[in-house]
Amino acid sequence: MTTPSVVTPRTAAANPATPGDASNPGTLGSATPRDTTPRLPALVDATTRTVPGILAAALLIARKDLRIEFRTRSAFFSATVFALLSASIFYFSWDPTAVAASDLAPGVLWVIFTFSGLLGLHRSFGAESVDRAIDALLVSPVEREAIFLGKAIASLVFVLGVQVVAVPAVVLLYNVSLGSAWLAIAGVTVLAAVGLVAVGTLFSAMTVNTRLTELLLPMLSLPFFVPVVMGASQATTKLIAGRPTGEWIGWVELLAAFDLVFVAACTLAFPYTLER
Amino acid sequence: MTVARTMDTSNRVDAPARPEAIAAPAPFDWLLGLAIVALLGTAVRAIWFTPIEATQGAAQKILYVHASSAFVALYIAFALMALSSGVYLWLRDERADLLAESAAEVGLVFTSVVLVTGPIWGKEIWGTWWTWDARLTATLFLWFLIIVYLVLRSAVDDRAMRARYCAVLALMSAVLVPFIHLSVYMFRTLHPQPILLKPSAPSLPNEMLLTFLLAFGAMSLFCIALIRARFRIAVAQNALDEQDGAA
Repeated sequence: MTTPSVVTPRTAAANPATPGDASNPGTLGSATPRDTTPRLPALVDATTRTVPGILAAALLIARKDLRIEFRTRSAFFSATVFALLSASIFYFSWDPTAVAASDLAPGVLWVIFTFSGLLGLHRSFGAESVDRAIDALLVSPVEREAIFLGKAIASLVFVLGVQVVAVPAVVLLYNVSLGSAWLAIAGVTVLAAVGLVAVGTLFSAMTVNTRLTELLLPMLSLPFFVPVVMGASQATTKLIAGRPTGEWIGWVELLAAFDLVFVAACTLAFPYTLER
Repeated sequence: MTVARTMDTSNRVDAPARPEAIAAPAPFDWLLGLAIVALLGTAVRAIWFTPIEATQGAAQKILYVHASSAFVALYIAFALMALSSGVYLWLRDERADLLAESAAEVGLVFTSVVLVTGPIWGKEIWGTWWTWDARLTATLFLWFLIIVYLVLRSAVDDRAMRARYCAVLALMSAVLVPFIHLSVYMFRTLHPQPILLKPSAPSLPNEMLLTFLLAFGAMSLFCIALIRARFRIAVAQNALDEQDGAA
């Protein structure tokens, strides 16, 4: 969990091994000289300042983070178990004869989503602070924006992965019938996850260098999650109840606007957090 | 956090004598004095020389404090905090960071005043101390955002890093406030609609309107005077820290 994070984009570019590749155990010495021949042809040079270059570098960084996560699986399992445990504990926090379980399910789902997401976001830059692996990222010839987008993409996959387990679990445990709304709820989940990850990645990069790291990330992030959680749970509630489109479309628009504004704002602000 | 730092330097036994270069803050702050006089004058007018509202009774008079505090907290203190944070990231002038810190602390005071006076009025008129109404919720989150900003300041030791991080957070908060405002409005609202700051003409008798405008003016002056005083302390503190670091 600690050493693999030293794999820099540059080494990853030279060695784009697929996850689980036995020849690349992902340790400190993974970039051995005999591995330097690229096995996948690079379509775009990840070191250029163009938009395709930044995106290519971002994908390399995301792939590096996901490969580390795939090999260790520690954070993903913790976050998933945390989500399932929270769903079970929430069930006993109110009187089931007074409020129907399906009425409470959206709120429970999005609170769990927020907190399990924070677990993954904390790891995003927490893993880079070990052995100062972040310095390797910073000296690599990629734009700061690419680092942000790469980290955010990896966290997005992480958060959505947890949701893939958590949503069916809440549906089962809380006896909710999604009906034909499942596709729309999946869309709401993606919109909410993008907003959460954009803000959380920025603050993860900031709080990792502070005292009280574990405490500050939730403190900084939670006020920013208010519109996300409110929009997502309101839309989900209306969707599950089978309300007409006019009642939930406004919340979906709010989520989409939040995503657009904060992905742009956080990408622009991120370079300021990584100056040395 | 500021209190802790102030105590730290004043309690030091072997503190070096203050050199001439760092001027002691003036014993009398004329702007603050003027603001306090203006506030007292407005209070006298609001209490004794402004008619009592027909349906709300005397409770309505707290709104002279409440609404004007809300105005200066958001449009002066918070706006200045975001603005000077942007200026810091642009020009990298440390004074902009200190101004943002000063504005944040003063903003916290005024937001707290709003959150204290609001429930007192609400208990009398609505019959409840707190309700999850749009404006109340938005103000509460503004209060949280300022507190988080100040906590972040206290959690970073390196001055340049603290200034950068806090500037980023302040600017992000400025982007967030409209979203919180929108989302809580979509949730529900119970709060009286704006009386003064609305597209049509203010719907208030002239005597009350004048008192309101005086309260807004006095409170704005008070806010600016407080930020100015706090900024002077921050600059002096900074100079002392630098001197300690150099010694």
